[in-house]
This record gives sequence, C-alpha cells and structure tokens, in this order.
Amino acid sequence: MPTIEPGLDTFPKLVRANAERWPSRVAIREKNLGIWQSFTWRDYFTRARRIALGLASLGLARGDKVAIIGDNRPELYWAVAATQALGGVPVPLYQDAIEKELAYIVDHAEARFAVVEDQEQVDKLLHVRAQCPRLEFIVYDDARGLRAYSEPGLISLAELEERGDKLAISQPDYFDAELARGAADDVAIICYTSGTTGHPKGTMLTHRNMIVMGRNAIAREGLRDDEEVLAYLPMAWVGDHIFSYAQSILAGFTVNCPESVATVLQNLKEIGPTYFFAPPRIWENLLTNVMIRIEDAARPKRALVRFFLDLAQAMERARLQDRTPAAWRRLLYPLGEALVYGPLRDNLGMRRIRVAYTAGEAIGPEIFVFFRSLGINVKQLYGMTESSALVAIQKDGDVRLDTVGTPLPDVEVRISEQGEVLYRSPGVFVGYFKNDEATRRTLQDGWVRSGDAGFLDAAGHLKIIDRAKDVSRLAGGTIFAPKYVENKLKFSPYVKEAVCIGQDRPFVTALINIDLAAVGNWAERRGIAYTSYTDLSQRPEVSDLIAQEVARVNASLLEDQVLKGARIRKFLILHKELDPDDEEITRTRKVRRGFIAQKYAALIEALYGDADHVAVQAQVSYEDGRTGTIRADVRIRETA
Amino acid sequence: MTDRGPLLEVESVTVRFGALTALHQVSLEIQRGEILAIIGPNGAGKTTLLNVISGFYQPSEGRIRFAGADRTRLRPPDVAALGIARTFQNVALFKGMSVLDNIMTGRLLKMHGNILTDALWWGPARAQELAHRAAVERIIDFLEIQAIRKTPAGTLPYGLQKRVELARALAAEPQLLLLDEPMAGMNVEEKEDMCRFVLDVNGEFGTTMALIEHDMGVVMDISDRVAVLDYGRKIADGTPDQVRKDQAVLDAYLGVAHE
Repeated sequence: MPTIEPGLDTFPKLVRANAERWPSRVAIREKNLGIWQSFTWRDYFTRARRIALGLASLGLARGDKVAIIGDNRPELYWAVAATQALGGVPVPLYQDAIEKELAYIVDHAEARFAVVEDQEQVDKLLHVRAQCPRLEFIVYDDARGLRAYSEPGLISLAELEERGDKLAISQPDYFDAELARGAADDVAIICYTSGTTGHPKGTMLTHRNMIVMGRNAIAREGLRDDEEVLAYLPMAWVGDHIFSYAQSILAGFTVNCPESVATVLQNLKEIGPTYFFAPPRIWENLLTNVMIRIEDAARPKRALVRFFLDLAQAMERARLQDRTPAAWRRLLYPLGEALVYGPLRDNLGMRRIRVAYTAGEAIGPEIFVFFRSLGINVKQLYGMTESSALVAIQKDGDVRLDTVGTPLPDVEVRISEQGEVLYRSPGVFVGYFKNDEATRRTLQDGWVRSGDAGFLDAAGHLKIIDRAKDVSRLAGGTIFAPKYVENKLKFSPYVKEAVCIGQDRPFVTALINIDLAAVGNWAERRGIAYTSYTDLSQRPEVSDLIAQEVARVNASLLEDQVLKGARIRKFLILHKELDPDDEEITRTRKVRRGFIAQKYAALIEALYGDADHVAVQAQVSYEDGRTGTIRADVRIRETA
Repeated sequence: MTDRGPLLEVESVTVRFGALTALHQVSLEIQRGEILAIIGPNGAGKTTLLNVISGFYQPSEGRIRFAGADRTRLRPPDVAALGIARTFQNVALFKGMSVLDNIMTGRLLKMHGNILTDALWWGPARAQELAHRAAVERIIDFLEIQAIRKTPAGTLPYGLQKRVELARALAAEPQLLLLDEPMAGMNVEEKEDMCRFVLDVNGEFGTTMALIEHDMGVVMDISDRVAVLDYGRKIADGTPDQVRKDQAVLDAYLGVAHE
C-alpha cells in the first residue's frame, strides 16, 4: 500500500502546506458581480480556519456531521476543509434535492450542523427541521431575504467567522491542536448515493482513500499545478469532490466556480479550462448547440464546416480502430485546424483542454468521435462513489470507442463467475454509514461488487456491458445484455427509446420508439405525409428506415466476441411514445422492464409468434389527467 | 422632506381629457415601505393614476404631495429626480442595447460629469462609471439575470424583458416604484418569479411600491393594501381581505348596471 507523509495525511493539513508553499498563488476563483474574484491558497487556509473555529465555538466535536448544501461556492469548499480540520465529517447534499430526500439524509447522517448557500436551502431545512431533531445550527452564506428570520440556530457565515476570530484570540492553539489530531484513516466525507431502489446510502471515504487514488490519477494523467478546472457539477457528486477538492489540493491547481447555473457555458469560455469533466448529457448538449449554429450559417460556410468536420471524424474513426487515416485527409487536416477545428474549440472554451473525461453513462460514439476529432482529448472514465470515483481511465494514445480503459495504478479488477465486475483498490470505501447489511453485500474481502456486468479484453481494457442484474441468458444459453443492445440502438438519431427482450426466449426482439423530431424531419424531406405520431410510426418507409438501423446494430454486435449471439431477430415500432406519465419509464428516463413486459405482453407474444402484424388498443394519459385510447395495426419485422 | 407620514399623498385629483373624466376626485395615500396594489376593470383609470403620479399627465384639479412636499406640477424628469421610478405596461426597453446598458440608463440621473473627462474616461469620470457599474451588477445579481448581461434586450423572451425593466427602474434607487402590470402576459412560472422579486425588493431595499395588476391571486398574495378604481373613482381601499368582501368591489367586477 502506498505511504502517506505524516504531516500531510489529511486534506486540511495539505491545504496548510499549500498555503505555506504557494501563499499568493490562486487556489479558487468565483465570478461575483460580473468579475472573477481570486482567492489564494493562503486565503483558502485562513477562511477554512476561521470557519472551523466558528463551528468549534458552536460546539462542533470530532465525528459530528456537517451537511453542506448549495451550488459550487468557494465558501462551501472551505466549509468542507473546516469541518475536516476539526475531525468532523462533511456530508454534501444535492442542492436540488426535494424536501423528503433532504430530510432523510440530514436525519440519517445525524447532522448537527448545516452550512448552506442561501435562503432557498435555509427554507427547505427549516421546513424539515421537525424530522431532523439532531440538526442544531444552520449557517448560511448569502443573507439575502434572511434578515427577518428569527429561528433559533440560524447564523450567517460572517457572524460564524467573527465568532471564530474571537475563539482564535481566547484559545490560540485550539485549531492547530485539532488539526494535528486528524489522521489518514479518519472518515473524510460521506457521499450519499441514490440507488434506483430504496433509500440513499451514505458512502464513507477516508482521507487515505482519496489522497492515494487522487495522486495515482494525477500521476497517470500527468496533471500539473497549473491546471484550471470549472467546478459546475453538484458538490454532492463524488466526482466533483475528487476533481474540484481532493485533486485540486493534492496537485495545487485552480478551481473556478461559475457565476450561476445559467452562465456555465459562458464561464467555460471565459476560463478555458485545461482539465474538464462532463457526463454524456452535457457533451451531447454542447454538440447540439454547435450543430444548430452550423445550420444557421450561410451556405458556403456551412459546406466548408461540414466538409472539414467529416474529414476529421473519418480520421478519428480510423485512428480509434488502429488504422492509418488516408494520406489526403492527413494533408488537409492542418487547413481544417486553421479554418474550423481551432476556432470551434475556442468558441466552446476548449482550446486549452489537455485532459477531459466523460463518465457516468455510455456515451454515443458520434458524440465521442466528434469531440475527439476536433483535437479535444476526451476520454472515458469508469468509477463510482464506492471507489473514490476512480477505477479505470483510458490512457492517452490508447483510447477506444467501446471500453472504459485500463485500471489505474494500485487498482485490481477481476470478473466474477457471474460476469460481474469486481475491484479492489486503496480508494475502496470503508462502508455505508449505519448500513452494515448493504456494506456486507457490496464489500467482500476487500473486493467491491460494482453491480456492473463486463469483461476485460485481450489488451486489458475494461468493457462494461450492462447492469449485472439485467444481464441474463437466452433459452439457448447465450449471454444477453439488454441495455448494451438498447444503447447501440439509441445511438441512432431516429431511435428515441428501445426495449430489448430475450431472457429465456429463443432469440432477441426489440420494441422501438422512433424520435418524432428526427424521423418527422426525415419524412418531410422525402415528402412522406403523416398525421400523428402513431401514423408516422407505422409508415412502411419508417419501418424500412428503422430496419436499416437494426441491421447496423446487428452488424456491430457481430464484432463482439461475447455478445454476438444476442442479435435482434425481430422488432416492432411502438405506436406510442414511452412516457413517465404512463409509468413506462422513470422521470430520469430509465426503462421499467417489468411494467413494460406486463403492459405490452400481447405485442411481445406476437414478436415470438408467426403473425406479421398485430392490432393494438392502448390507454394513454394526457398531461391534464384525461385518458384516451389509441388504436393501431403494428407491423412486425424480421431482420434480414 | 420628512421621514414621517405617508410617502405619497394624492388629494382629490381629477384628470380630464376634453369631455372625458378619466379620474374623478381620487384620494390615495401610499405609506412608506408598503406594497399597494391598484386594481379595477379595464378603463377604470389605473394607468392614468400612475401617469399622474409620475408627472406624465398634469391633474386638472387636486394636489399631489411626495414626502410631505407639494409637487403637483412637476415634469417626468423632475419626478424621477425626486426618487420615483416606473415600469411600463408595454415593455419599453432599448431593444438594440445590451441588458447591461439598458440597466445603466437607469443610473443616468445619478451621473454627473463633464464632456472633457467623460470623453477621455479619466479621473472622476472613470471612478464614477466603475461605481455605477458596481451598483448595476448588484441589481443583476439580485434579479438573477447574469446569464443575459450582454444579450441585446430585444432578443429576450417577454418575461425576461419585464425583469430587465424592473432592473432598470431599480437602478435609479427609487423611494417609490410604480409597476404597471408587471406580470401581464407571463406564464405561471414567470409570474411566480416576478412575485418573489417584488417581495424581495420590498424586503431587502425597503422600496415602497404601487403596482397595477389584474391577476387577483397575485394581488391578494403580495400586496399589503389594495385600492380599487372603477370608472375613474376610488370605490374601495383596504387590506386584501377587506377588499375581497367589499360589496362595491364585487359589483364592479361582477357587473352591475351603471347609470
């Protein structure tokens, strides 16, 4: 196990060391009143100490939990360091959590203190206070709208820091003594993760977890002390805690807090980060913005941009498959760089990016290739809260479309007999807070059960195929991973949603939802008339279009050693969109398989029968609560 | 000026346009720090009343006192200089100018300079502009419009334009803010936002406000007092609860034959 220097074994101690080493270097910035305000490492440490002493004056004892709620603000990062300095445990919460969720976590974590951003969070906490009897003090940063509040235990950050200053005079050695008592194996943070079922679980990570894993990733990725990152993802997400807190302190690089949620893209452009992370959803939005602006450009410009974007993407595809791109393309690339790629990167605020990650979900190959082809070093990262966010990252120069890269230093990965990914590393959490049963289920002999099904390919790359509980076998024994196939279908712009069926069946079938905007546009350009979603979905031309997409997915499955047996044999296009109001998918757009199997039983049986069409009648709920009936004759297609 | 007594007193004001009497003997007081809603059916004289207060119309009879001093016959710029700002029923922004510049125009009356230093952006001129910009930024922050700071006002959705108008009025740091249908044409979410901002402005800056509004839900929620106009006359004045039960008000809204 890697060693940690004794004076540098907790994050607040590391902050103190940074303050001594780089007193006037910028640690964190925040855009406030239209101007980027900078705070040095000395400021970082001084403010953390003042906040810590303020909390101590209110009676914070070692082991006490402090809820942290708000957008990414320097003050909240300082509050995290302050809490850790006293041996307390910060518990960051999602700022948009609904009251029920907030009440559950604040109560379950036994938080005595909460440090929050503004009135919105104060109001929520006051509302659920009755359910959280242990919560004594609420500290707020932004006093707007709170002057008239007289609830007990409510105190502004400014007042808290003044109390801290008084304590610093009366007990000058208190802070240093408390700081010295901290050790590497103390719990540094509890991150609550929301599962798809049951209550959120509080994952406990120690300083050692994050110091070792943070350093390993810094070394592997070659991160420097002059990186700039934008802290815009929720503080409650372990990724933000690692990138914007732990790694920033370990490497000494600068964190930038955007002005507001609405200004993130502008701020991205202003800062021009060198190190950047985003879930696939954000990469997708960025790409859509670019495409819309290209559509609006004058025709010659549009043609030029399209030509060079296609050229770069063809080159990137070749590179990802270890082929050498065509010579004429390589010759023209520098011209494209001058005319298109460079200016576009600049416009996105990505000119300076050296390392960027996508994580959390599978990313569409088109999106991934698009950004890489512009010369932005986007890589896939695999990890979860239980592993301090880090398990595997694609190495520079060894990036593939369909893997999440190789395990980081000190991380061991193996695959269980059931095909589940297991890992062991210095970053592995110590347990779920007050939930030994869940800990025992997840953490066995130091190995974490990831819950994901996957395998290691010949080159040692980890490939994730699906959630383990969804992976099953066809009647013939072939492995079948529904989400893996569905994702491949959904990467088509014409497919909005897909549900694959195959467990204990002779072959795989799919229920497909077309994307109304994309298919509608496609139909208009071809002069295909339609009246409604149902009508469009059952047009023979649309059926042919989707058949091509299914054939493409089947062809790509054929390349896959493990999953090639699970090709789609038959499919049908659903006559209505899957909708959360009809309980077919969740609000976060996760397919509810059980419900769909029941609701569409007749359609599914037809897919495994001999008929080539089936008549359906379906109940739908409208937004105003009324219900109606849709009738359609659904065509069943067999793939070639 | 004194700090006691009502901020604004309208005493028996009558406004005639030729043969038409738009306001007839209307008396009204606006207390310091309150939110007063002025309601009434279409054509009741609500906007005329606001226009008289802001100096756009001159009363045919009656007096208007602001902070204890008579100011019946002032022109709009003088009224603005006294500390009365307003927004308009139809958005009246400079459409080609950025949001920031639009709000800056709200500070014009507070700027003092001379051509030479302003042209060179030197010395006091520079310090002054920075101070005004800082004040405007505080308002931008307050109304949460950071993301559109540099956007031309004309390209914004309607609800945001209304918010920018409020920002410009606030930039003048008024003692009395007149809002003419601040929520007209907004969707529910925009209305909720606007209500919160009106309450926040009142709570944070202590700004006295008179607003014309048609949405009774909004009126009952945010105002301290409600004045009701009908055919140019004031027919009721009291707390939202009192007004809601007032027979004259019910008649005016439900329709009773007038002679």
